[in-house]
Amino acid sequence: MSDIVERTLTALPGLFLQGQPGGGPAAAKAPFSSRLGGLVRGVTALTSKHEEEKLIQQELSSLKATVSAPTTTLKTMKECMVRLIYCEMLGYDASFGYIHAIKLAQQGNLLEKRVGYLAVSLFLHESHELLLLLVNTVVKDLQSTNLVEVCMALTIVSQIFPREMIPAVLPLIEDKLQHSKEIIRRKAVLALYKFHLIAPNQVQHIHVKFRKALCDRDVGVMAASLHIYLRMIKENSSGYKDLTGSFVTILKQVVGGKLPVDFNYHNVPAPWLQIQLLRILGLLGKDDQRTSELMYDVLDESLRRAELSHNVTYAILFECVHTIYSVYPKSELLEKAAKCIGKFVLSPKINLKYLGLKALTYVVQRDPTLALQHQMTIIECLDHPDPIIKRETLELLYRITNSQNVTVIVQKMLEYLHQSKEEYIIVNLVGKIAELAEKYAPDNAWFIQTMNAVFSVGGDVMHPDISSNFLRLLAEGFDDETEDRQLRVYAVQSYLSLLDVENAFYPQRFLQVMSWVLGEYSYLLDNEKPEEVINRLFKLLMSDSISSETKAWLIAAVTKLTPQAQTSSTVERLIQEFTVSLDTCVRQHTFELKHLHENVEVMKNLLPVNKSCEDLVVDASLSFLDGYVAERLSQGAAPYKPHHQRQEEKLSQEKVLNFEPYGLSFSSSGFTGRQSPAGISLGSDISGNSAETGLKETNSLKLEGVKKLWGKEGYLPKKESKAGEEMEASPAPLENAVSENMDQAGTRRDQAPVLAQSKEEKEKQLLASSLFVGLGSESQINLLGKADNVSHKFRRKSKVKEAKSGEAASARDLTCSSLHSPSHVAHEENDYLTALQDRGSAEAEEFPLGSELLDPESVSELPVVGKLSDCALSAPSLFADSDMEVFHPPSSAAASASAAAPVTAEIALASSFLEETTEDVRSGRVEVCSDETVTMSSYKLWKDDCLLMVWSVATKSGSELKSANLDIFPAENFKTSEQPGCCLPAAEAGSTKTFQYRLQVERPFTEETLSGSVSYQRVDTHAVQLEFSVNLSLLDFIRPLKISTEDFGKLWLSFANDVKQNIKMSEPQAALPSALKTLQEKVRLHVVDVRGNEGLLACRLLPSTPSLLHCRVHADGLALWFRSSCPALPDCLSYQCQKAIEGS
Amino acid sequence: MIKLFLMPLLMVNKQGQTQLPKYCEHVDINKHTLLETEVIKTCLSRSSERDFKLLYRQYAALFIVVGVNDTENEMAVYEFIHNFVEVLDAYFSQVSELDMFNLDKVHIILDKMLLNGCIVETNRTRILAPLLILDKTSES
Repeated sequence: MSDIVERTLTALPGLFLQGQPGGGPAAAKAPFSSRLGGLVRGVTALTSKHEEEKLIQQELSSLKATVSAPTTTLKTMKECMVRLIYCEMLGYDASFGYIHAIKLAQQGNLLEKRVGYLAVSLFLHESHELLLLLVNTVVKDLQSTNLVEVCMALTIVSQIFPREMIPAVLPLIEDKLQHSKEIIRRKAVLALYKFHLIAPNQVQHIHVKFRKALCDRDVGVMAASLHIYLRMIKENSSGYKDLTGSFVTILKQVVGGKLPVDFNYHNVPAPWLQIQLLRILGLLGKDDQRTSELMYDVLDESLRRAELSHNVTYAILFECVHTIYSVYPKSELLEKAAKCIGKFVLSPKINLKYLGLKALTYVVQRDPTLALQHQMTIIECLDHPDPIIKRETLELLYRITNSQNVTVIVQKMLEYLHQSKEEYIIVNLVGKIAELAEKYAPDNAWFIQTMNAVFSVGGDVMHPDISSNFLRLLAEGFDDETEDRQLRVYAVQSYLSLLDVENAFYPQRFLQVMSWVLGEYSYLLDNEKPEEVINRLFKLLMSDSISSETKAWLIAAVTKLTPQAQTSSTVERLIQEFTVSLDTCVRQHTFELKHLHENVEVMKNLLPVNKSCEDLVVDASLSFLDGYVAERLSQGAAPYKPHHQRQEEKLSQEKVLNFEPYGLSFSSSGFTGRQSPAGISLGSDISGNSAETGLKETNSLKLEGVKKLWGKEGYLPKKESKAGEEMEASPAPLENAVSENMDQAGTRRDQAPVLAQSKEEKEKQLLASSLFVGLGSESQINLLGKADNVSHKFRRKSKVKEAKSGEAASARDLTCSSLHSPSHVAHEENDYLTALQDRGSAEAEEFPLGSELLDPESVSELPVVGKLSDCALSAPSLFADSDMEVFHPPSSAAASASAAAPVTAEIALASSFLEETTEDVRSGRVEVCSDETVTMSSYKLWKDDCLLMVWSVATKSGSELKSANLDIFPAENFKTSEQPGCCLPAAEAGSTKTFQYRLQVERPFTEETLSGSVSYQRVDTHAVQLEFSVNLSLLDFIRPLKISTEDFGKLWLSFANDVKQNIKMSEPQAALPSALKTLQEKVRLHVVDVRGNEGLLACRLLPSTPSLLHCRVHADGLALWFRSSCPALPDCLSYQCQKAIEGS
Repeated sequence: MIKLFLMPLLMVNKQGQTQLPKYCEHVDINKHTLLETEVIKTCLSRSSERDFKLLYRQYAALFIVVGVNDTENEMAVYEFIHNFVEVLDAYFSQVSELDMFNLDKVHIILDKMLLNGCIVETNRTRILAPLLILDKTSES
């Protein structure tokens, strides 16, 4: 059979090319009389949705009867599936057929099987439970001798496959990489790509094989491997620089027409492959001169070869231009690329023009002068009838905005905004306008008016950050006091006049902004009494179109104004009116106002004028409660327990029913998971008592079905519906929003040569000169970055990053790249881990292994005094709660770089830490960056409830360090917060400054880089900024979880997410103790119990996400089984454990 | 990865009825209809846009619509649509809207060309070879 298929496979392309497509197409044409054809015709003929629904429901019920009838043949079933697919496509539920699709894939002959697989891929999604039933079929088909079946199996695997079942098919697919048929190899690569997408850790070991695929003799296989490479290079380009040569060679061959002719598309050799390669090169060459130099030739050739002849060559050219502007610049190529863009932009074809504008938008970020060359075209595009062209032009203008052309550009954007009706466009545009206004506003009036337009049009759909940023800007002010005052006064005046307009409706968000500003700053107006303002606000409050959230804002504003008002009957009326309000929030605000109103003195104290930016001093330790706590304790109250402890206790109490005598029949029934994989060898090594399995199965199923009302933090309330806020009132356009000085700005820079041009032409010239002002040669343009000579008007004081950008720019060249390579970290960590291990084993020699693992406290019970000298230079134990604290000496690499003075400083600093950090373990100090005057080092402090990163900056000369600031860039997977009281007084005085940051994990990850910058004032008074980065591993956030075996069992059953992993070992029987020890020491897992050849371990991810591990020794290795309440954690943890065990 | 979220690929006729939706990410079935209605409305009237761009190409009464994200090379996708139609044309010899009734075949062809939002095969011969074998075996 397989022979025939193989032969057909090779023969068919030939047949096909001869234009005699055999019976296939003819057969495909035939089934018009089929039921599907009838159905489609029926549906097409209908006129209403209602009729369609009736017809489809009818069809579905007949299908339901057919598929569940036992006599239905597979052929009929296949037809039914196609009809079901059609019904689902129209949006009707056909879930009764899912199981039959799986059956069809299992039992059918080739075509039926294919349709079965197709239906499965269309019906199900990755986490659908029925998908597990398909795994067996896939495994069987992968081993089939029929190539077509293998192909199908590989296709379905690369479309949809349950993540936890990957180990079951992975070896089979790996084998297929060596298959003799290209199509199989190609599909295998694509399947591995899918695995890389959903579980990158599981395919990490076969990266070498990807390289082989890249060098495959078949183009298809090579092309398939590019998908994997593009993704991996996007994640981390530095790891693949060595492949640049290969990619360049491949592209050269493709461009040079060396591929088989059938890869051509309209005589262009493999255009999509070219695009893919260009994209990879762009990523590789970014900011890397050496790598970029390798590709200049081939980029040049691509540009040359892709003559403008067919649409697809435009696509290649576009990508080529994109790449040329992404890699390290080369002037010759840039020139050619610019010419190419010019051709696009000038083309009358809309698609090409769009492409040109898009390229230009990307390019102007690198080289704004290019926009100058095309200014007239851009002006024309602004009035282009096609909205897409118009929008792309605005996007381009947005990128070239500076403080000189901002008024004109924003005016153009506002014009477009007023015409737009689509929510998406409004949200997008409003965000951009707000950003530009804040950055480049020429004066107060313009700024406020522009923001008024933003708020009234963007209203309730815009991003909430816009209004809060605006308010913060007003509140925090700028460097100039009188400026601040003017801006605030202007805002107040503008809002008061807006509120006086009869019958005007404003979005809720705008009203909230107004009420805050009026409440806060109306005191600045001399001619306006607070009573008057209160009256206005009250009038607004009584209006029907106000949402209750806005009401709360309004009442808060009134509350702020009340102490300033002499007497106000309005306030009393307000209190009367709203103390009976049905809305709790409004009522509470009113009651607060009521009680404060009774005591004006307190009120004045509580609500001082213009103090919105004063920091409130909060006693975080709640020390004022100490007396109370002591009193209660003496009366026998229960002492306080930290959150995670309560959590654990609660969890173990909540799961009430423990079905089996856990301790006794542990190995036979303890771990038969609910996701018992049907027939997969993985699960079968844990033999299960069937009755108990059944019992557990039902138990767990129930748990899954139950709506999740209670979470870790307690009751999970539903997100408050915001429907009430939406207002019917359409935003009124603001007349005064269009500022007069637009025209002034337009004329200001009228340098265009006025020849014998028509009036229209002149207008355009005028517009151009105002739009593109500041882009020309009169202002210095930096090729690699938009340098703005004009300082921004609204520069916030508080935002260090923004404020220092100007001053720091001159010293940018000092920016040092991080010295801190990952290997360095690894080395560092290993250092201390080995130290730990050594010490652990030395001490525990007399203890049997079991007790050592199970009872880490025993370590601390050893006489501390005796050990002190031995351990003086090693890190303290991770697990022992030892009282003594020893400091790891500054790492040699860090220390050698710095002179004597900083070292002493460090020691002084270290000793000042001593009291604080006695209970925590810390890493060695590592230098992260330095320049000629300062050196910066960091270390990690593994606290029980968080990871504390400590950075210290020291001057090399020992001179005083002025105003050092640390700024941590936001990271995706965790959040950082400055530890209050971070600056230690002892260190502050001298040449060292220390920063402490608390790190909390938001999402589990394996490796992550945290970067930031430090800026300081040099003696010669200019600011210097240094960038640095630190590598973090998941392990930094893992802490042992000490629980009992019983609790472990309960927790195990309550977790839904699991991952299994097999690790091959040479001597598995002996491996368990050492593996457990490795896991305990390197991954910080707590060993809960050891029974025969099984071990139980537990840990928590900070702050308190528990995760459990069950490991079991079997014939050829160690089976690890992770479970956790957090979906992503088991996978990450499994990777770390595997690494730890294999590394030991 | 090519962030080529060729997100939904749809075929619709002039009456606005969907003929062939292909999602590269799982979308809840209840959202299908909503999304598709919006997309179809958009293409037939051509006005709006969401956080992905819609690209369409018209063949007689048939519209082929692809949603792509912002980083995608639109022209490449535009030409990919044409490539797809050419493949259909080769298979059905003179493809017409009626051929879309062969839902399964069209899907199988598309599966060969598009996987996880990536263009994986554009070589016409290679796309059709396995399908032709299927047809042959089912005939005999």
